[in-house]
Amino acid sequence: MALLLTITLPLLLCWVPLLGSRLAGRHASAWLAGLVALGSIVSLVVAASGQAGDAVQLVHVPWMPHLGLHLNMRLDGLSLMFCALVLGIGELVIVYARYYLADDDHRDRFFAFLLLFMGAMLGVVTAENLLSLVVFWELTSVSSFLLVAFKNDKAAARRGARRALGVTGLGGLCLLGGVLLLGDIVGSYELSDALASHDRIVADPRYPYALVLVLLGVFTKSAQVPFHFWLPGAMSAPTPASAYLHSATMVKAGVFLLVRLWPALAGTEQWFLMVTGLGLATLLFGSVVALFEDDIKGLLAYSTISHLGLITTLFGLNTTAGVVAGIFHIMNHATFKASLFMAAGIIDHETGTRDLRALGGLARHMKSTALLATVASAAMAGIPLLNGFLSKEMFFKEAVDVGAGMSQPWLVPTIATIAGAFSVGYSVRFVWDVFFRPATGKLPHDPHPPPSWMQAPVALLVVLCVVVGVAPALVVQPVLEHVSLSVLGTQTPAVDLHLWHGLNLPFIMSLVAVGAGVGLYLRRDLLTKLRQRLPALPSGPRVYESILAGMFRASRFVTESLHRDSLPGYVVAVLASGLVLGLVPFLQAPSLSVSRVTSVPPAPLIGFVLLLVLGALATVRLHHHRLLALLALSLSGLGTALVFVELSAPDLALTQLSVEVATTVLMLLALFFLPSRSPKGEQPSGRHIRDAGLAIAVGLGVAALLYAVLTRPFSTIADYYIATSKSHGGGTNIVNVILVDFRGFDTLGEITVLGVAAIAVSAMLRELSIPRPEVAEDGRRWSLDRHPFLLRVMSRPLLPLLLLVAIYILLRGHNLPGGGFIAGLVTGVALILQFMAGGLSFATARLRFDLVATAAIGLAIALATGLASMLFGQPFLASAFTHVHLGPIEFELASAMAFDLGVFITVVSVLLIILVRLGRVGVDASSPSPDPSPDPSPDPSPDPSPDPRPDPSPDPSPDPSPDPGGPC
Amino acid sequence: MELVLALGVGVVAACGVYLLLRARTFSVVLGLSLISYATNLFLFGVGRITVGAPPIYDASAGAVAYADPIPQALVLTAIVIGFAMTAFVVVLALVAHQRLGGDRVDQPLPEDEA
Repeated sequence: MALLLTITLPLLLCWVPLLGSRLAGRHASAWLAGLVALGSIVSLVVAASGQAGDAVQLVHVPWMPHLGLHLNMRLDGLSLMFCALVLGIGELVIVYARYYLADDDHRDRFFAFLLLFMGAMLGVVTAENLLSLVVFWELTSVSSFLLVAFKNDKAAARRGARRALGVTGLGGLCLLGGVLLLGDIVGSYELSDALASHDRIVADPRYPYALVLVLLGVFTKSAQVPFHFWLPGAMSAPTPASAYLHSATMVKAGVFLLVRLWPALAGTEQWFLMVTGLGLATLLFGSVVALFEDDIKGLLAYSTISHLGLITTLFGLNTTAGVVAGIFHIMNHATFKASLFMAAGIIDHETGTRDLRALGGLARHMKSTALLATVASAAMAGIPLLNGFLSKEMFFKEAVDVGAGMSQPWLVPTIATIAGAFSVGYSVRFVWDVFFRPATGKLPHDPHPPPSWMQAPVALLVVLCVVVGVAPALVVQPVLEHVSLSVLGTQTPAVDLHLWHGLNLPFIMSLVAVGAGVGLYLRRDLLTKLRQRLPALPSGPRVYESILAGMFRASRFVTESLHRDSLPGYVVAVLASGLVLGLVPFLQAPSLSVSRVTSVPPAPLIGFVLLLVLGALATVRLHHHRLLALLALSLSGLGTALVFVELSAPDLALTQLSVEVATTVLMLLALFFLPSRSPKGEQPSGRHIRDAGLAIAVGLGVAALLYAVLTRPFSTIADYYIATSKSHGGGTNIVNVILVDFRGFDTLGEITVLGVAAIAVSAMLRELSIPRPEVAEDGRRWSLDRHPFLLRVMSRPLLPLLLLVAIYILLRGHNLPGGGFIAGLVTGVALILQFMAGGLSFATARLRFDLVATAAIGLAIALATGLASMLFGQPFLASAFTHVHLGPIEFELASAMAFDLGVFITVVSVLLIILVRLGRVGVDASSPSPDPSPDPSPDPSPDPSPDPRPDPSPDPSPDPSPDPGGPC
Repeated sequence: MELVLALGVGVVAACGVYLLLRARTFSVVLGLSLISYATNLFLFGVGRITVGAPPIYDASAGAVAYADPIPQALVLTAIVIGFAMTAFVVVLALVAHQRLGGDRVDQPLPEDEA
């Protein structure tokens, strides 16, 4: 449990520093972050203290068990060591950053990102489940992106962060692939299982693929050549973040995974060649480039790349002693590199520059910083009595041992010595050029000593370097043994840390490296000349950017070649491919024989289908004449409703019929503002033939498919609903009970969609107002009698009758055809009739609801019904019903009826919002508008296609616009 | 009976597709409405077709082969949502006509509007 807390504290409390500066002043965010990290440290200590010897502590937290994804955690020697590094150095970085960051640096945000990153890193190193490891791995990429891009007003920072995210994100994808393969081979995503299945993994034919993918993840994260280029770019992060990311955490995640999976994946030729090969290349490359960097942080960045190469090489050697040395160097590198980055930050902070060519003579001004940086650099160079010496010595010994087994025994030791010489060279350069050589010029700030608390973390780390270097057997040997044991188990070699192993080959190599390194520093002008002669290698960032640009070009090409600016074009593409895709299984079906007896159609059905079909055909025939086409369309809709009646679906018939009315009103309103005709001959000739062919093909497909479905035997889950509709839902209209009870959640979603549509319509029409045309397109005047007397008179008494019918439909809906949807539609239509007959101002004056609010109330009622059942300990939307006796009347009252009421109110409001809003669009062109819409007609564009109409048509349009002279 | 319904739905779908491919927004709206009819009837047909047995439970009637209520419930909401969708498209067409000065759907926007 304490282990769980270790990881979740920084992750879940990463927002706490954001409160800091608001609540308690400038430095509160640093203190809060420090406290959260401290809490995490304490819980780690608690978790670790309850653990005996080499035991592995596992915490099981199921997440998505069916995917094999758990948040399982593991605390063993290795994860404990990494947790200690992440938290220990993290705490020091927080203290350091408290003094480093300026007031205007948004430090609260910085600390929040830092905690997020810390938590992600802890998640990686304690993951027991390989999938959750990948999740945390990605989280480190994302949170480090936030840290690197922290100075987001600088283009370099944004670019560097994008590159880092691009490269490590790509690696993360590869790692996911590798982990999936690995899990497939092992049969489990648990790390323990993978570690125990080395032989099976290595023997599997998929091993090479899994290995390459995992290694791509590792190499991108650990900045191995040729993926190293993101790391120098990431130096645009604030220095405390660099000190954290590039010493103990981000880049170490890669080598962590190498050693974590070492027992499962190592021991093969492929492993050796890839890991050691790239590791050596990185080691050499990083150390050479570092010598020529002029930016202190750049120098440290390439030095980091080189040291990561060293660690990678050690893990690639397939020897247990190599693993021990690699683990040891991880610890050592973390300590001296963190302190060096912090020292670089101090130099930058106090002088205003990081340029090695400008700096000089700082030892006089900041003696203690000079001392600390010198010692840490000596550790980096591998000078005796410091921790870096010990692990470098072990590395040289491994290089010699492994070299002995190869055909060129000199190769690996030579590369190691050369890299060692260069690392001595850049360490000397760092110290000498900054602190000891005479000052070369004026610095941006006059240097003075840093605040002592800013220096304290550096001092602590440097002391560690010295203590480990002087008394390794005492201080670090038990730790190293414990960690190695957790990785290597019974194969763990004897760990023997001594300062002096006698005058052996590794020591001679060290001597050579130091001597040659000083020489390299002194005569590096020669190397610079040599370097200028060599052809320039393609630089990583340039290759990366050109690949990126190529991808953008390719996607733009694809988009532009597919983008046709024509709706028919897209529709044809979709339908044609749908036809082809549908045809394939159709042809492959074993038999299309009819397996259910078809029956003779009853005569009414034939008539109704005929109405449906004729309506559709007439719509096509008349579609150039929009009004007539609309009338034909409503015939088809009527046919649909009648088919529903005949085929035992009374609810559907009622719904279809009332929707049909509303749709027709809607389209008539729209037609008032749209051209009344679709001109002929606009499309290329022959287009009709193609479209007709496609339409017939689709129609045939639909008919064949429907016939095949209708004649197949089937079983339905409806029997359950039919059997329990009365006993569980308290209603006999099964369709309605399904809507408001069994599948009430769906219905809730659907009325929400209605509300969203109404709001969208309302928003689109908000700015729109169109002057009402005085004359039609053919020059005839619109009828002046906007609200015919007969309609006005007849509609008034009709309203209460219609409302009565609606209420009846609503109430009986639970047991007989009806319900909220239908009642809502009927009510909506009844009210719209008043708008049409009496005019907008007449109706609005009498219907004083904010319709949007009413729709919201309807939704709220439905939602509240659902939530109410939760108050009684029932699941969401569970319904209850009871029999009510009121004197002689007995009826059932179901909570689902309240839900249906919500549906009813929503439907009414949505219908009215849409139609009334559309009706308000028209304004009088001549007189100033009494219309409440805020926007007086903003330069309405005239109709572009004023084609004369040969045959006049009567005024079809109901005009709901305000009627200033009306009798109402 | 099955054949009649299948053919009818096929014709309506074909008419809808043809109108969907026309050049003006209003024709597209008409086509979408026809396709809605066809689709709703198709979905409804998945529950097979029954005459004279609406899904109104009658305890006294014993075991009755009711029409399948599930597709009916699905289609009922589909019809209502279809109205909302039609309204949305119609208004979109109206606004596009006003703002862009035309109701063609098969041409690129004029350069100054794009």
